[in-house]
Amino acid sequence: MKTPFDSLIKEFVKEVGSTGPVAIEGGKTRWNLHGLPTAETNIIRAPSGIITHTPEEMIVKVRAGTTVMELHKDLKKNGQRTSLPERGGTVGGAIAVGENHLNMLGRGRVRDAVLQIRYISAEGEIITCGAPVVKNVSGFSLHKLMVGSLGTLGVIAEVTLRTNPIPDMSTWVTASSKTPQDIFNALYKPSAVLWDGETIWVHLEGHVSDIENQRKTLLNLGNFEAVEDAPGLPRYRWSMKPSDLVQINRQETGNFVASIGVGTLWADRPQPRKPVDQVSEKITKELKHQFDPHGRLNPGRTFL
Amino acid sequence: MVIINKIQQYFENRKLSSNPLVAELQRALSRDRVLEEEEDRLLHSKDESVFEGGLAGPVCFPRTTEEVQAIMRIAQLFEHPVIPRGAGSGLAGGAVPLGAPIVVAMTEMNKINEVDIDNRIAWVEPGVINFELSEYLRPMGFHYAPDPSSQQICTIGGNVANNSGGPHCLADGVTDSHVVAIEVVLPDGELGQFGGIDSEPRGLDLRGAFIGSEGTLGITTKIAVRLTPNPEEVQTILISFATMRKAAETVSAVIANGIVPAAMEAMDQKTIEVIEKHIPAGYPTDVGAVLLVEVEGLPDGVENDALQICEIAEAHEALDIKLAQNSWQREALWKGRKSAFGASTYLAPNYYLHDTVVPRSQLANVLDKVNELAAANELTVMNVFHAGDGNLHPLILFDAEEEGTLERVHAVGAEIVKISLEAGGVLSGEHGIGIEKQEFMSELFTDEDLRHQNKLRYAFDPQCRINPGKILPIGHSCADIQTLHKPPEGIWV
Repeated sequence: MKTPFDSLIKEFVKEVGSTGPVAIEGGKTRWNLHGLPTAETNIIRAPSGIITHTPEEMIVKVRAGTTVMELHKDLKKNGQRTSLPERGGTVGGAIAVGENHLNMLGRGRVRDAVLQIRYISAEGEIITCGAPVVKNVSGFSLHKLMVGSLGTLGVIAEVTLRTNPIPDMSTWVTASSKTPQDIFNALYKPSAVLWDGETIWVHLEGHVSDIENQRKTLLNLGNFEAVEDAPGLPRYRWSMKPSDLVQINRQETGNFVASIGVGTLWADRPQPRKPVDQVSEKITKELKHQFDPHGRLNPGRTFL
Repeated sequence: MVIINKIQQYFENRKLSSNPLVAELQRALSRDRVLEEEEDRLLHSKDESVFEGGLAGPVCFPRTTEEVQAIMRIAQLFEHPVIPRGAGSGLAGGAVPLGAPIVVAMTEMNKINEVDIDNRIAWVEPGVINFELSEYLRPMGFHYAPDPSSQQICTIGGNVANNSGGPHCLADGVTDSHVVAIEVVLPDGELGQFGGIDSEPRGLDLRGAFIGSEGTLGITTKIAVRLTPNPEEVQTILISFATMRKAAETVSAVIANGIVPAAMEAMDQKTIEVIEKHIPAGYPTDVGAVLLVEVEGLPDGVENDALQICEIAEAHEALDIKLAQNSWQREALWKGRKSAFGASTYLAPNYYLHDTVVPRSQLANVLDKVNELAAANELTVMNVFHAGDGNLHPLILFDAEEEGTLERVHAVGAEIVKISLEAGGVLSGEHGIGIEKQEFMSELFTDEDLRHQNKLRYAFDPQCRINPGKILPIGHSCADIQTLHKPPEGIWV
């Protein structure tokens, strides 16, 4: 059923308008990603606030300008969370960027959590894609296309996310290790396994006694001990094949922290540009032309 | 003489078709892998839905990506529509050919190319059968998580097209969550790869946009699926209730208590009865409804969740709770669930299986309305569904030979869709829109929303030649109408 919009979203539609370059500022934690908005761009903020949280449906509807911290603080009251990363940004920003949480193996991918998006089109209309239920194949998956699109196809205004229960217990353990893949393989669904070439950090979540058993498994593989938190992460984020993480060339990366089993690597140096698939490039250009023919949405940022 | 006849026949069979389009396709593949006889086209003019009226053009069986590219290029040259086809097990008419398109049957591209344990993925061809993939992976300690009820016959390519689900998608998500990359042949014959094995591939998520597009954006020729580790422990629980309302309330309470089981399926009394007649699975036949719940993971967590689920069920007046004691009992319980549709023939020769999703809290109300509606229209309805996801599957039973019945079945189906939408639900949870629910799209989306969906389609297929006449309602996909109004050439006029 078509659901109405609240007054804040209607105000936002007016603010976005239908002419002139426009971009959204969230927490600005990834402001330099794929270019900066051009100087004449009208930089605005999306409305904020949680609209509804229904724990028994495992969904939360939230305005894009809400910070992820604020969202998670509220969801925690009902023992839930989402897969969005907590790095000081907004919900809309996290979705526009599409980067996953450090504990992605436990929390799931951002793109899998997005059930519905309402965005403002380049023409200034409100567009709804996806639906506020946990399972849906009604029509084309525009909401998937919006995740990681950096606001270049539409201005994200409101999002419905799948929530998940917070596990009974979670803990980080660490040890020195040269064989991170063996440790990853020995565990059943760890929520993160990080490795800097010398030391490994494992994040375990779940039932208390299962965690104890997993820790015992780890003790057979190394001198693991509990630690407060994950290690600090170098500045640049790389996207790699998980199997390539065990043979990192430190001369290329500088210091690094690798997410074993995932493929994300944080390094001192930026990742060399990979060639873009030409067909993907062609479709990306055509999509941009279709959704934003005059190039008014977040001008200056591009994947190409 | 007989020998001469045979030799003549042999040379006759080697000749290319007199239809220029078919001849070109035969040149690109081979004479025997492009079929044009009426009976072959009839066989490929239907899927498992109740929709008649499809008309297939030539039916091709490519064996390589290059052959799929060649078919697409020929189709473009002849400005002819194309429809990809997996097992034809779809239930929404997505694989019913409209406008005599070239049918590209992917069943001969059925190899598991590579199992890459280090990256926890497998590259497979689209014709690989879902169940066979999981069985192949299981001894290696993994499986492919989505398990549609048709998994014994449906293909991974078809699963990608429909973003298929299945009972075990409650905790781990549907196809989209388990496909990391796809190789796609576009309508102009170009080959692209969307997504990737790396953690966060750069650029727009064209993979995500493609999955669930019901074969309208191109044809997948290779798919990288995620390997899910086999759980260390599995516990299957069968819970009986006096009413479906109590079962549905239990489902909501389990989720609200922070437990996400691997699967949570509901069956009503009629379903239980026919299953037990068909294949005794150990379900109690004297109860109003049962829930089949499965929890999996590490042993203590499984025990903890199972105990909590049983306590919640008891608090919701469960009549009985049975735990599967061994893998044999577990398999019997699941075999019953997955045989439900076939077993329905004990009550009537035909069925129309619906698929809508409603918020879990609305399950009981919506089911009451569905049952009232069926009774008022003198139709029998069975309810067997993915309760944990709120994914309803009312199964309307009927005899197609009885005059006027099919019309009543369609009318009740339309009402079920409306009831689900009014409850805050959606048109489809896993079967897709196809031609079944095209005209209902305007009930869920505004004209602007649909226009934007068409922009996505247009970016991939500007002439709307790939599986024309599907998903978007008529009037929202102009090129579609042009394609369908163009009379099919040659022998198909």
